[in-house]
Amino acid sequence: MKIINSAHAGTLESSDIYIQINPFKEDKIELELESSVEELYGDAIKELIIKTLEDMNVSFVHVKAQDKGAMDLVIKARLQAAVLRACESDPVWEEL
Amino acid sequence: MSRYVPKCKAEKADERKSKICETIEEAIERSGLKDGMTISFHHAFRGGDKVLNMVMNIIAGLGIKDLTVASSSLASVHDEILEHIKSGVVTQIYTSGLRSKLGEAISHGIMEKPVQVHSHGGRVHLLQSGELKIDVAFIGVPCIDEYGNATGSKGRSQCGSLGYAMSDVDYAKYVIALSETLEPYPNAPASISQDKVDSIVLVDAVGDPSKIGEGATRMTTNPKELLLARRTARVIENSGYFKNGYSLQTGTGGSSLATTIFLSEIMEKKNIKASFGLGGITGTFVYMLKRGQIDKLLDVQSFDEFAAKSLGENPNHIEISANEYANPSSKGTAISQLDVCVLSALEVDVNFNVNVITGSKGILRGASGGHCDTAAESKLSIIVAPLTRGRIPTIRSRVHTIITPGDTVDVLVTDQGIAVHPRNVELKKRLKKAGLTIVDIEDLHKRAIELCGQPQKIKHTDKVVAQIRYRDGSIIDEVYQLAE
Repeated sequence: MKIINSAHAGTLESSDIYIQINPFKEDKIELELESSVEELYGDAIKELIIKTLEDMNVSFVHVKAQDKGAMDLVIKARLQAAVLRACESDPVWEEL
Repeated sequence: MSRYVPKCKAEKADERKSKICETIEEAIERSGLKDGMTISFHHAFRGGDKVLNMVMNIIAGLGIKDLTVASSSLASVHDEILEHIKSGVVTQIYTSGLRSKLGEAISHGIMEKPVQVHSHGGRVHLLQSGELKIDVAFIGVPCIDEYGNATGSKGRSQCGSLGYAMSDVDYAKYVIALSETLEPYPNAPASISQDKVDSIVLVDAVGDPSKIGEGATRMTTNPKELLLARRTARVIENSGYFKNGYSLQTGTGGSSLATTIFLSEIMEKKNIKASFGLGGITGTFVYMLKRGQIDKLLDVQSFDEFAAKSLGENPNHIEISANEYANPSSKGTAISQLDVCVLSALEVDVNFNVNVITGSKGILRGASGGHCDTAAESKLSIIVAPLTRGRIPTIRSRVHTIITPGDTVDVLVTDQGIAVHPRNVELKKRLKKAGLTIVDIEDLHKRAIELCGQPQKIKHTDKVVAQIRYRDGSIIDEVYQLAE
């Protein structure tokens, strides 16, 4: 999928994550993560974000994630929502 | 031969007021405080304490260095100690609790000597065994007379029980009482009596009683905490200990307080009365005392204004010292007569060990308090904790720091089921029969990790920043400096 616009999903509430997606000039995933549980789950969250983007075939993307202790399923859902908004495409539910 | 001449009456008259000092400096000078000595404070005012910072600033001004500060606990208001650690005024700390910026800085290794974290009972044991020798005790008291009779149940800044100070002054070589209200002699009944006090200084304020609670005594509206509380009350109801004349300690924190209220309802319905309520006393216990649901309250620390007021008014609300409360080497403690205690936890592991001192990131941010004391001595110790806090699992394979060993824990109540320590076969049967959801603690751990994921290990150096002293003085665990 091709990132066309800037888009975001989520909130800065406790147990949620705020994800901002921007088009990026290079063919890669550029990730910035701030997390309230960085010391405990920082690596796991980064891995999940990258895997989710790869599964959606997304590159040329800059992701800024501000995590407030969201669980994996929340992180994944917020990220997918942000990507779909940034691609202006309809979700293929079977693939998500 | 020269004959002994006793003091004349005129000299005696001066003696009557001889304890009053104009300034804290004068009292410190009289005490003979020198480099390398140990000074103590008590924490009846908790977050509202004004004495420790005031005295430490004066001591620093006098150029005294290398002191051991033994405070019965430390709250966030005491972050100012950091400056005195940096300047070498304070080089060793004994305390029950460490929080806030001070806890963080110590976790990052600001002190050379590891902090000694003791329980409330364990502190008195350390005093009795002689390891902790207080050279000068500074006690903030709401009111006092000119000869040193002090109490916390009267005065403008009424704080209630002075239980921790009562035990400190028994062992201190020199006692300086700081107070803001002078009562006529004799200020009776006194919590701290004239025969324990060397000097008296009147100051503007010793503490702000409105900050004693500091969130600890709020009534929760959080549905998860209410669920935990209801479940805990049902555990007590069906434990086999719930009968006329049983005794109870519940402490503070959202679920604990709510448990007391739910239990009070069950007691009313079943017409069951308690013989005594123990520990840090809250308004909820006072309410039950007034309604005749509890016969006596034994109060080592008053957690709110209602408790403080009741202590002064109600003859069945009784002040006890930390020694009477929980010292394992005293001749008799109140906790050894206790049936049920409800305790909170930051972490619990699959062996039922409990951590109440280090947070999920390994930073010192809690207090040992009476946790391990009451768990060890009560007939039924119940730990109440949510399975997870946000993404942080509460149930671990091994707690980061042990305060209370699992062998002294009987039941763990979580929002996703109740785990009973395997040695309590009968209790488990009873709770099951009552229809409560009993699960294996290993399953609770598995569920927590399924939800949150396995947390990364906290990186630390091999430098010890705090030693956890069990109530008998032994080192039960150590906290390491966090890696940068």
